[in-house]
Amino acid sequence: MDYQFHWNIVFQKMPEMLQGAFVTLHVSVLSMLIGIVIAVLLAIVKMNHSKPFCYVAIGWIEIARNTPALFQIYMAYFGLGALGIHLSPYVAVLSALIFINAGYLAETFRGGFMSIPKTQYSASKSLGMNSFQVYRYIILPQMFRRIYHPMTNQFVWSILMSSLGILVGMGELSGETQRLQSLSFRTLEFFIVAAVMYFIITKLVLFSSSLISRKLFRGEI
Amino acid sequence: MINIRNVHKCFGDLEVLKGIDLDVNKGEVLSIIGGSGSGKSTLLYCINAIENIQKGQIIVDDIDVHAKKTYQDKLRQKLGMVFQQWNSFPHLTVLENAALAPRIVKKLSREESIEVAKQELEHVGLGDKFDVYPTKMSGGQQQRLAIARALAMKPDYMLFDEITSALDPELVGEVLDTLRLLREDGMTMICVTHEIAFAREVSDQVAFFNEGIIEEMGTPEQVISNPQKETTQKFLSKVL
Repeated sequence: MDYQFHWNIVFQKMPEMLQGAFVTLHVSVLSMLIGIVIAVLLAIVKMNHSKPFCYVAIGWIEIARNTPALFQIYMAYFGLGALGIHLSPYVAVLSALIFINAGYLAETFRGGFMSIPKTQYSASKSLGMNSFQVYRYIILPQMFRRIYHPMTNQFVWSILMSSLGILVGMGELSGETQRLQSLSFRTLEFFIVAAVMYFIITKLVLFSSSLISRKLFRGEI
Repeated sequence: MINIRNVHKCFGDLEVLKGIDLDVNKGEVLSIIGGSGSGKSTLLYCINAIENIQKGQIIVDDIDVHAKKTYQDKLRQKLGMVFQQWNSFPHLTVLENAALAPRIVKKLSREESIEVAKQELEHVGLGDKFDVYPTKMSGGQQQRLAIARALAMKPDYMLFDEITSALDPELVGEVLDTLRLLREDGMTMICVTHEIAFAREVSDQVAFFNEGIIEEMGTPEQVISNPQKETTQKFLSKVL
């Protein structure tokens, strides 16, 4: 093995790598925030069994959960492009991630909700609470504890999956890495550094999430 | 006063209550005994309007529980209820469990609600558990918490749904002691129970439920010590 590592060029390009990492975080945070809002709606609609909305929700959830993320991104970029709707790489990746996050989180939310025993509802009712109070003080806080860690996982997943942006020429961390290595031919160096940056980002997310959860949920459950 | 007139309750095609008539006066303790599926727990849920009824009337202090115009959330403040599965709120401490409803339902100030909650918790012997989470406590302690939580709303009536049935045998005593305390305080209570000895000791009236009707009703001496109906005798011989 006579590979010569050259790290200098990587460090020179660090500002551009960091810019890419910022776009990665940007797109994954946004895809989570919008995904969560849609997921809440999907979960409610699915649990309500009100047709035809219920079928839309089920369709969304099933497609999002059972097809590759790569296909979603291709559909948003090339698929819609073929139909004459031209999205920028950023918007295409963002929409695909929103679509998938909403599908997965909808099931997480539904599961979290179903896991709260019905008896918590009757016990709260028997204390004179109205339905709004039961949800506000009893059901939702307990549900939030159960979906918190799955949500963190979904966030980490979004960060990692946004790397598929590389395939549609998006300027997030992987896309930037791809561009920089093709200019310098230091492929291995650039991808090693990118991998380390992904690792640090996800570890930071997991660490802060567990700090927050300790603060929020104190000792119980 | 609670008046129950000709109450019918169905779950689908299954008629669980087939015309129940009962009166419970202020300060009285009524125990309801009977086999499982006899409708005794269902009646409690109907009194508390957690379940609706198909026919008849339940009147609590001149309020028709199931009338359309009745504001049931408000009515339930009068009726404390404790369940077989204690249903503590696992995300709240013992103190918060008992202080929550007085604060958000009765709109007491934070200090007042904590004051009431502490009093009731001390009353049931949980004075040293304020900051503990319920899941860290025994079933008996959680059941006493459920009683204190209901009492903190200062209800006029307490409904107990087989509150010792899910407890380990050695924990039953502490919960029954708590009920005896309430009895001394003059609380009006309806206890659905399998603790026949306890029912004999504390009740003013005992009702024996069988397949959705009241088979026999009267003082503990009449119903438990000296049952007239064959079904009652059979049931008692099995459980005593």
